Amino acid sequence: MIAQTPPSPESASVAAERPYYPNTSWRYGLDRLFVIAIWSAIAIAIAALGLLLFDILLDGLPTLSSQFLQGFPSRSAERAGVYPALLGTIWVMLVVMFVSFPLGVGAGIYLEEFAEDNLFTRLVEININNLAGVPSIIYGLLGLFLFVRLLAPITGGRTVLSGGLTLALLILPVIIVATREALRAVPDSLRQGGYALGATRWQVIWEQVFPIALPGILTGTILGLSRAIGETAPLIVVGAVAYISFVPEGLQSAFTVLPIQIFSWASRPQQPFHAIAASGIIVLMIVLLLMNGAAIYLRNRFQKERL
Amino acid sequence: MTAELRLSRSELWQPNRNKNKLVENTVKAITAAFAFVSVIATFGIVLTLIVETIHFFGVVSPLRFISETRWTPLFSSAQFGIIVLISATLRTAGIAILVALPLGLLSAICLSEYAGVRVRKILKPLLEILAGIPTVVFGYFALTLVTPQLLQPLIPGLSGLNALSAGLVLGLAIMPLVTSLSEDAIYAVPRSLRDGAYALGATKRETIIAVVLPAALSGIVSSLILAVSRAIGETMIVTLAAGQTPNLGIDPTVAVLTMTAYIVQIFKGDAPAGSIAYLSAYAVGMTLFVMTLLLNIFSFWFVRRFREKYE
Repeated sequence: MIAQTPPSPESASVAAERPYYPNTSWRYGLDRLFVIAIWSAIAIAIAALGLLLFDILLDGLPTLSSQFLQGFPSRSAERAGVYPALLGTIWVMLVVMFVSFPLGVGAGIYLEEFAEDNLFTRLVEININNLAGVPSIIYGLLGLFLFVRLLAPITGGRTVLSGGLTLALLILPVIIVATREALRAVPDSLRQGGYALGATRWQVIWEQVFPIALPGILTGTILGLSRAIGETAPLIVVGAVAYISFVPEGLQSAFTVLPIQIFSWASRPQQPFHAIAASGIIVLMIVLLLMNGAAIYLRNRFQKERL
Repeated sequence: MTAELRLSRSELWQPNRNKNKLVENTVKAITAAFAFVSVIATFGIVLTLIVETIHFFGVVSPLRFISETRWTPLFSSAQFGIIVLISATLRTAGIAILVALPLGLLSAICLSEYAGVRVRKILKPLLEILAGIPTVVFGYFALTLVTPQLLQPLIPGLSGLNALSAGLVLGLAIMPLVTSLSEDAIYAVPRSLRDGAYALGATKRETIIAVVLPAALSGIVSSLILAVSRAIGETMIVTLAAGQTPNLGIDPTVAVLTMTAYIVQIFKGDAPAGSIAYLSAYAVGMTLFVMTLLLNIFSFWFVRRFREKYE
């Protein structure tokens, strides 16, 4: 292998005439162009984000007032307000939270801690992967069929409960995946320590694993909820009404939510309604910001504790 | 030592095994039932779509659904050519991918290969903000800023509602998804591969294009497919900015009616259950579901087939 045949005089002379030339200046020039391309790609994305936020603040701040926050929808843009939509969003999110959190965390615990690798488990796993890829409007079609029509005696038709249940199904995969990842991050030595002391599997999960995984689970849940808050399409199908002049009084009350109110104002041709749509967007984004702030706070606490 | 342990059985602490077993089994059964909810949801979706689609095809033959070239479900001489809606969806989604793929992939390369720790710490949260903005907000942005102030001065005669603006903004909306998934894939390529390329005299760009990207290909392609599936299923941006006019063809400068926008159009008007318009929305939903399902299955297959495994 190592033995080398001496180069024949012919090929040596060819090499002498045309030496290997790495052409570095050309190649490094291309490298520089490449660097420019990648930084401008990310700059375009950030600039578009900045433009979007700036545009919304510019359009929406002048009409954002306490009257707007406390007002009801109106035929004139000046008197219209976002109060029923804001409360509708809170009602729906409460339903989503109380349904999707226990269901998602329970399913996550089962798949990560209890499940054996059998057909049922694999079926559930494939299902969750597929569900995450289903367009949200399809969930609306399911919600309309299942909750609004089939279960009408329980849900009361196009109500807070139907909307909340639909969105809860939508974000279930997010919470399950977050729960599983948080549980997986807990070291096995902790579980084995628990078993060595004679604890049952559930005692180990409940007393040792779950408290450590909780911040991660909560972070994932909040991110899932903040996705649900911005969802519009499934609720349009399920039947949130855009023009609603009262505050929801219970689970079986008709409702509207912020994104639908925004959509309804933005799709009108008159400019004043675009302005209050932007004000509504600011309200929605503040709610989202608060939720994401909570998620980031939990994540940071989680990371500090692990270090 | 033996003396200390000589206690009668009743004095020793005894765990209540029966109670523990009962609790254990109950919890296991309950959490398994919770896990099963996701299966029920899937069956619910499939069943709902199939039942209503069969009703629809009882009135309108599947052949008409495939072969007709106009979409006029509310006219007296109703036509149901799904190709009209698909052509609209392909226009908006196609433009979105043309925006999201280069922007997303280059940003992913930037974040994983070029940006320092401090810059990354600023850029990643910014992209997460972009990913977290509700789509109705993007729709407002496309309708009130991108179309009238950016595109109409450039393209005279561009209609106020058009596939181009919706597609561009949709691309912006799905770009963070491409970035974060591709970045994960690029990040997973082991350092030794890069070192090997450098040792052979390759520049950084050559290393990335010829070694790192091919090694991360399965992850990048799966992120792309997920982005396509998100783009065709996205509703609010196209409903607000692309219009409500059924329009067959490839022209992106006109108003179009996508599959998702049609479903919104039907249910916003509170269509009576069982009417032909109502049923047609389910048939459109079925088409959409099958398209995204095929994309998911393809992505699953592709990742399995082409994944490079490193220790």
